[in-house]
Amino acid sequence: MSTKNAIISVKNLVKKYDDFTAVQGISFEVYENEIFGLLGPNGAGKTTTLEIIETLREKTSGEILVDGYSVEKDANKIKRIIGVQLQAAGYYPNLNLVELMELFSGLYGVDIKPMEMLEKVNLQDKAKAKYKALSGGQKQRFSIATTLINAPKIIFLDEPTTGLDPQARRNLWDLIVSIRNNGTTVVITTHYMDEAEQLCDRVAFVERGEIIALDTPDNLIDKLVSSGFERKKEVKKANLEDVFINLTGKEWREDN
Amino acid sequence: MGKPYNNTKATLALAKASFRSIMRSPSAVVFTLAFPLIFILVFGFIGSGEIKVKLAVAPGSDLQNPVIQALEHNAMVSLVKDKDTADIRNGLEKGNIDALINVKKNDAGTPAYLANVEYTSASIDKGSILKSVLSNLLSTLNAKDVKPTVAELYESTVQGRVYRRIDFILPGQLGFSLLSTGVFGTAFVFFSLRQNLVIKRFFATPVKRSSIVFGECLARIGFALLGAIFIIVIGHFFFHFTLIHGVITVLNMLLLSIIGLIVFMGFGFVVSGIAKSESTIPPISNIITLPQFLLSGTFFSIEVFPSWLQPISRALPLTYLNDAMRKVAFEGAGLWDVKHQILIMVIWGIGIYAVAVKTFKWE
Repeated sequence: MSTKNAIISVKNLVKKYDDFTAVQGISFEVYENEIFGLLGPNGAGKTTTLEIIETLREKTSGEILVDGYSVEKDANKIKRIIGVQLQAAGYYPNLNLVELMELFSGLYGVDIKPMEMLEKVNLQDKAKAKYKALSGGQKQRFSIATTLINAPKIIFLDEPTTGLDPQARRNLWDLIVSIRNNGTTVVITTHYMDEAEQLCDRVAFVERGEIIALDTPDNLIDKLVSSGFERKKEVKKANLEDVFINLTGKEWREDN
Repeated sequence: MGKPYNNTKATLALAKASFRSIMRSPSAVVFTLAFPLIFILVFGFIGSGEIKVKLAVAPGSDLQNPVIQALEHNAMVSLVKDKDTADIRNGLEKGNIDALINVKKNDAGTPAYLANVEYTSASIDKGSILKSVLSNLLSTLNAKDVKPTVAELYESTVQGRVYRRIDFILPGQLGFSLLSTGVFGTAFVFFSLRQNLVIKRFFATPVKRSSIVFGECLARIGFALLGAIFIIVIGHFFFHFTLIHGVITVLNMLLLSIIGLIVFMGFGFVVSGIAKSESTIPPISNIITLPQFLLSGTFFSIEVFPSWLQPISRALPLTYLNDAMRKVAFEGAGLWDVKHQILIMVIWGIGIYAVAVKTFKWE
């Protein structure tokens, strides 16, 4: 986060579908080794933007470089240095987690030890379980494990914490921070502002296919406060989620 | 980055995953193995289908005469002696009994006996068999001790291979197994991989599309061949399915299986592309498989169909696979001898893959 090398640069990205424009001229950069958040309401164009950078979708116009590679010319080189977690992606049916890991190591063309990958996300006990039999939090952790197989420079996480309980969410935050601390750049989308505030080094607000603000969470909050904004209710030193975590405990749970 | 990306490794990883998945999928195992095996067991135990004419002997008929005695020793006739007149009438009307014979001593002297035979319209086929058995038998009896005046007949039968019911049924069941694995399996897998975004996740890896298709096909061919070997081995060792040249014949059958399966998988790709939801896959697949199941000579030769139906039968790819399989297995033909059948399957393959390329959807 201290270095300011752009590992992803997006310039004037436009994506048009038949009758509407999902992304209208977005530009931003993601710095090496930061956690970058794309925030915004549903249908704002977050996922579309992400999938174009991931080379899963064609762009209409604009220029995108990922670690120096252009998305249209070097899609395959980009795929080898990124890890992708899709919103609601499924995995090959009837296989257990170890077998899925073996499959992905073949698809990425790397040699990994499936158990080591599962240990990274604390799923070693579920090695013989099927993906479908996992809880929401376990599914997301497994998805993140598959993004780490090729030791990527960047991973993309699309709403990884949606639908998780507070413990599972905090678990995932710890995991994401530790991935970043190991030198990986993280691009994440989320609907939870507390999550973005805790996790992200910088965030971009996307609204109707445009970026309407981009800065560190701190600067964005300061800017708002200096404009004279005040919360209606006096801020207490803790919120209800703190109460929940305090009452139910923060530790891993078997089923999250 | 390091080493260049290895497409073969990706393809094999996919094939391995797919194979594991198929082996754990109950429907694949049932359609490929259980159904064909059940049909083979049923038809295998029905036996070789020898014809027996049930001939009732009228109560009060003379039993101690050369006619009845000769009939007793005839393998094609089974005599029914312990029924009363009412039972026999009833049996004749229903066709349970094929004919009735009543032999009486001739009080006038010559001939020594009079035989009255009554046939039934409920069993005309067997009646005419009995007719020729009787006329043969009587002329032998009557000509006893008499030199023929015109010509004497010497009959003999060439000892041929025994053509059992299994020799017809097994290749048909094998074909059916390949058809259902190819169509249903392929359609379901590609539809569900697409629907559940499994393929989308694959696309986020450097794997090529051709590797995905090729890996899937490899797994399915491997699975279908295992099934084919299993069916052939059971048929051969338990029901004496004829394999003229032994292992060579089996290898030829497996090669034919691969050709057939590749064609049938083409149908599966098309179905996966045009199906709007998971529940529309079975009906669409059935439209493709059922007519072939019934009309391609799976259970009986297509020659028994009415003449207007035969051109339809002769247009279906499974007909040619079944035909080629039977020629290879029972007649010992090589692949070159069934080139005509193979050619028609290849033409079907080219046609169906041309359609598949147009209809197949990745997302």
